[in-house]
Amino acid sequence: MELDELYTQVITENSRSREHRYQMQAPSVVKEGVNPSCGDEITLQLELDGDVIKDAAFIGDGCAISQASANIMIDLILGKTVEEAKALSGTFMGMIKGEVTDEDSLESLEDAQAFQGISHMPSRVKCAVLGWHTLEEALKGKDGNT
Amino acid sequence: MTDAEIRSLFPELMNERDGRRMVYLDSAATSQRPSEVIEAVGSFYANDNANPHRGTYLEAEKATEVYEEARNRTASFIGAESRDVIFTRNTSEAMNLLAYTWGAENVGAGDRVVITIMEHHSNLLPWQRLCRMKGAELVYLYLNDSFEITDSEIEEKINADTKLVAFTHVSNVLGVMPPVGKIISRAKETGAVTVMDCAQSVPHMKVDVNELGADFIAFSGHKMFAPFGIGALWGRDELLESMPPFLSGGDMIEYVREQDATWAPLPQKFEAGTQDPGAAAGLLAAISFMERIGMDVIAQRERDVYDYALSRLSELDHVEVYGPADRERFGAIPFNVKDVHPHDTATVLSADRVCVRAGHHCAQPLLKSMGLNSCCRISFSVYNSREDVDLLCDSLKKVRGRLGL
Repeated sequence: MELDELYTQVITENSRSREHRYQMQAPSVVKEGVNPSCGDEITLQLELDGDVIKDAAFIGDGCAISQASANIMIDLILGKTVEEAKALSGTFMGMIKGEVTDEDSLESLEDAQAFQGISHMPSRVKCAVLGWHTLEEALKGKDGNT
Repeated sequence: MTDAEIRSLFPELMNERDGRRMVYLDSAATSQRPSEVIEAVGSFYANDNANPHRGTYLEAEKATEVYEEARNRTASFIGAESRDVIFTRNTSEAMNLLAYTWGAENVGAGDRVVITIMEHHSNLLPWQRLCRMKGAELVYLYLNDSFEITDSEIEEKINADTKLVAFTHVSNVLGVMPPVGKIISRAKETGAVTVMDCAQSVPHMKVDVNELGADFIAFSGHKMFAPFGIGALWGRDELLESMPPFLSGGDMIEYVREQDATWAPLPQKFEAGTQDPGAAAGLLAAISFMERIGMDVIAQRERDVYDYALSRLSELDHVEVYGPADRERFGAIPFNVKDVHPHDTATVLSADRVCVRAGHHCAQPLLKSMGLNSCCRISFSVYNSREDVDLLCDSLKKVRGRLGL
């Protein structure tokens, strides 16, 4: 994979964005995610209102890929229901594994489609999925009725 | 020998991809192997293949001969007796062997094990686990702002309760050497046993166990041109004799009865099960290679490249080098490109075939103490040249731009 495809403007700009990167006042769910092999870490914070993700933010330290992916993910899940967020996560993971390729499904990922090419860089896949993996953990057992 | 001549001895370094050679700056992780090591492993399996220490036919005798010759050469390489050199898979296994034998028998509740904050996890976790199992205390020798372990730190921490002091000869991250002589003499004063992790020194400088003065040393073959899967533990004869076996099984026994057993003499007591004579053949060839090139030549070449790299990196804006600037250092240089995560730096460099390591380098407590989560690291071996450093620096200049900075 060429570097130009990896470090696109979408990714480099999102990696430095402060938009969703802050400590929330009173999040209802807090989940830490770590890549033990490289030390990337994020703390995902969610405020759930019924089954709707009313607010979300993260703090973290990691490579451009992991931080950009978390930022774009929060863009996507804000205002979505837990079920919708889980579906997006499934689509993202599927895209990274190369299993989801149809355009309609990919369209739902909006800017997160920028990570499609990373499936060809096995050593960086774990960076791209860190945020989404942490989201899945955070939403475990949250079936929308809580 | 010229840079190009030395490089040409290593097949991996001659592979061109997209018309570019590999600039290998990760020898602290594992070295490249010269042709003669690769051929020695192939030759063992083609000509001498049998299980050593068993069988009376020609090939079995030859396998035994190769395996024991590798031990003899490893021993003489470090100034030791053959019976005190135990083959392990690597340094981690050697440290586990010590923790589960000498450590389990001699460290108890309220005792102290002292290590340095610079340790690789291989010389940290076996002691951490031992201390947790026994209710002993794991105490760290910390670095001051100049990356030194002070005399008072050594005198304070290594006390009468200290049963064992384990420390690295050369840090795999900072490339600095702790005050070996002072630590060992303080340990002797208080009656503690000393263990040295020589994984980052034996490949790069002449190491003699008699001059060093430690009670145990361990190192890995794969960092010194030998195959993966073979390393060595050396220990003082009387200590090795006093220790129970670590792993038990084939080939390490004298007599086995239904309810008890007695053990083989050193070194077989610590080598249970079929060993890896193919890797031993490679280690033998690796030591021959190092002796032919000469440890002084290896050390001098690496010194030149190391100092050149330090000075070139310090000229680069946006590159932050960690560690002391005013002391002799060996092997490894840690650094970061400002505002860029080390994994992104390593990825950009890899597009130019420049191979560096990024991460915590199996030394998380050290990185934490430096206020870092991770960093890039370059490390050298005999095949590196000033040209490698120039190619690294050319590539480093592109990093921030690639990340949109």
